Amino acid sequence: MNKTQQILFDEPGPRAQRRIRIATVLGAVLLAGALAAAVYQFASHGELAAARWEPFTTWPIWRYLLNGLWATLRAAAATAVLSAVLGLLLALGRLSTHRPLRWLAGAYVEVFRTVPTLLLIYVTLFALPQYGLNFPLFWKLVVPLVVSNSAAFAEIFRSGILALDRGQTEAGLAIGLRRGQVMALVVLPQALLQLAPSLVSQLVGLLKDTSLGFVVSYTELLYSGQVLASYTHLLIQTFLVVALIYLVVNASLSKFARVLQARNGRFGGRRKRRAVELPPALLEGNTPR
Amino acid sequence: MEALTAHLSQLGHGLVTTVELTVVTTVGAMLLGIVVATLRIAPVPLLRAIGTAYVEVFQNLPLLALLVLFVFALPTIGITFPLFTSAAIVIAVYEGAYLAEAIRAGINTVGVGQAEAARAIGLTFGQSLRHVILPQGLRAVIQPIGNICIALLMNTSLAAAVGVVELTQAANNVNLVEAQPIAVFTGAGLAYMLLALIIGQVTGLLERRLAIVR
Repeated sequence: MNKTQQILFDEPGPRAQRRIRIATVLGAVLLAGALAAAVYQFASHGELAAARWEPFTTWPIWRYLLNGLWATLRAAAATAVLSAVLGLLLALGRLSTHRPLRWLAGAYVEVFRTVPTLLLIYVTLFALPQYGLNFPLFWKLVVPLVVSNSAAFAEIFRSGILALDRGQTEAGLAIGLRRGQVMALVVLPQALLQLAPSLVSQLVGLLKDTSLGFVVSYTELLYSGQVLASYTHLLIQTFLVVALIYLVVNASLSKFARVLQARNGRFGGRRKRRAVELPPALLEGNTPR
Repeated sequence: MEALTAHLSQLGHGLVTTVELTVVTTVGAMLLGIVVATLRIAPVPLLRAIGTAYVEVFQNLPLLALLVLFVFALPTIGITFPLFTSAAIVIAVYEGAYLAEAIRAGINTVGVGQAEAARAIGLTFGQSLRHVILPQGLRAVIQPIGNICIALLMNTSLAAAVGVVELTQAANNVNLVEAQPIAVFTGAGLAYMLLALIIGQVTGLLERRLAIVR
């Protein structure tokens, strides 16, 4: 029972417990009905036949799909590194004291936050080659993803930097650091620690974006699934397995983000306690007890 | 510029399809989001589990993979819809997971006293949700919901990858004929930015009108 649930209902009494039992049974019946309908639908079209699922117990099929997953992870890693670096530069640009720099970075972020990635992919596929910019397949996927994800990263970094207490910057300036030094030595290390969960969540979004490789025929996981399905004619089985792989990978990443979130909370707590412990003389009579 | 004006009707149709898809899926996703958020905070453990599973699954699967599964694979078990309907269903189901989380965050901002007061005057779980909690919770998260709607607008472009001729696809088709990529794609990009701007303005307006200052 977390806070959300506690605010909405009390510890259930006998009548509420009966209602909860009824709702559980009804929910279970509905769920079972939906599952039965799905199974019936599969069975009546012969998609449940063992022969149509058996290939997914064999190594060659899995090796092919895992190759696709590996390509997905490579594209995601390249996109993540490049867009994190570019995003950080853009965030610093937006917060810069130079007006033109601020304006340019701001325009970049606003434009590429509101233009669909697929449109950028079409530009890379069909427009840039006319101007002599014909990237290899891998970069035809990664470049547009970097362009749009760097805008998202920039916003995450900017909000993290802005969320940090102003006093941190002022203290840095007061001890004679230059603005750049304050940013590098004081502000960024703290902001990045706080942002770790958001950055990992953004990785999930980015990894999902790599499925656009489907459009550029880069053999990442989804396109591999497509190739495999047209070869084996096991359409629905293949795409369900592909979906399951995505689910496992991304749910693990999401879980990692939640762990980081929880850990951050603990960091904050410890810092606060230490601050309270340090000057006991000052705090006497002030601590609520 | 000529490439744009010569194919204005084609691009216009694409734009209309994008707007239709955005409006239909926003409404659908909003309703789904409210239902799923309600499930996630319901007193019944099984319903909570269903809500959590929904959010986990649809936040962690790529939208394009869902579209491909729905449009290309479901027909093999006899489930077919018109293309536009399929795309609308999938996008609504996908964005519903994000809206559910935003709405749940909004519900978390409602003071404990409000819920207790609702219970004290004898409202049931459903009544207190409908009359007390949701109206306040939704108002608290207008801005995040607006951001999700802008993401939804951008995601409607993925329908192009399964054959819906919306703005992105229309721009691509025009470019394949005219070979004027700069004009065509810039035009489409500006249209998306304009639509995003409108959503942003509407959310801003709603927020000013409805936000509760505490």
